[in-house]
Amino acid sequence: MTAQTPVQVGEKAEARDYGPLTTRMFVRYAGASGDFNPMHYDDTLARAAGYPSVFSQGMHSAALLASFAVDWLGAENIRRFTVRFREQVWPDDVLTCSGEITAVSPNEGGLLVTAELSATRQTGGVAVSASADFLVPVLPLT
Amino acid sequence: MSSPVGTRGTDYEMVVERGKIAEFAAAMQSENPAYAGPGAVAPPTFLISSALWAPEGAAVDHGFDRRRLLHGEQEFTFHGPPPRAGQTLKVSEQVVDRYEKPGKKGGMMRFAVVVTEYRGEDGTLVAEARKTLIETAPRAGAS
Repeated sequence: MTAQTPVQVGEKAEARDYGPLTTRMFVRYAGASGDFNPMHYDDTLARAAGYPSVFSQGMHSAALLASFAVDWLGAENIRRFTVRFREQVWPDDVLTCSGEITAVSPNEGGLLVTAELSATRQTGGVAVSASADFLVPVLPLT
Repeated sequence: MSSPVGTRGTDYEMVVERGKIAEFAAAMQSENPAYAGPGAVAPPTFLISSALWAPEGAAVDHGFDRRRLLHGEQEFTFHGPPPRAGQTLKVSEQVVDRYEKPGKKGGMMRFAVVVTEYRGEDGTLVAEARKTLIETAPRAGAS
């Protein structure tokens, strides 16, 4: 993204759904990240530990929210991404990602844009929330 | 043994690899073109995978009971554009804070904050990861 179009406080991204999530997706994230906690792919072990089933890695939900955020404000522009883990995410959950710009300030190299983001389960519960900074280059008008 | 505040883990090297970025992008269900090709950019949470490069014993020890361990918050800060495929980063982690709070059902919750630094080959600080770990209060009556 470049700031030829105005970037304004209050601007919202078009929401996007991820899911229904599957154990296969948790396994794929385990391999990509190196988080091999078996609670995320071994259903027998997860049930033995008292959980109803396996559940998603918190960082997997965070990665989906990051995916949503960079498609909106630019992969190269990311300068900070802070996530808070709130609710567990289960197989068959659908996460709806949404975001809103909460601050814009001129900075060396462009506009420093702060967005608040969240991934909400189909129940309405927030699974992960995030705050992110993007340095959006400003193109000269031609 | 839990590492006290100020403890540094062993430094190690991480190579930012094009294939690993592509694998990570697939796991985050991203088709963003910035994550493909020889100059692929590291996604916002990609540096979490540096754990795969850590030799045995490089990590600091939070010392918390794994059965009561929660990941509370995770932050990635980039001091410029995010790293790209082909870059080699020097990684080191350090315990920067420890504190306690009373749990809602009694007992004490313990917190540990671990910061991981990612430096370029010239020593420039490229990125930092800040992780807050929580050990929930032991259940009343539990040993």
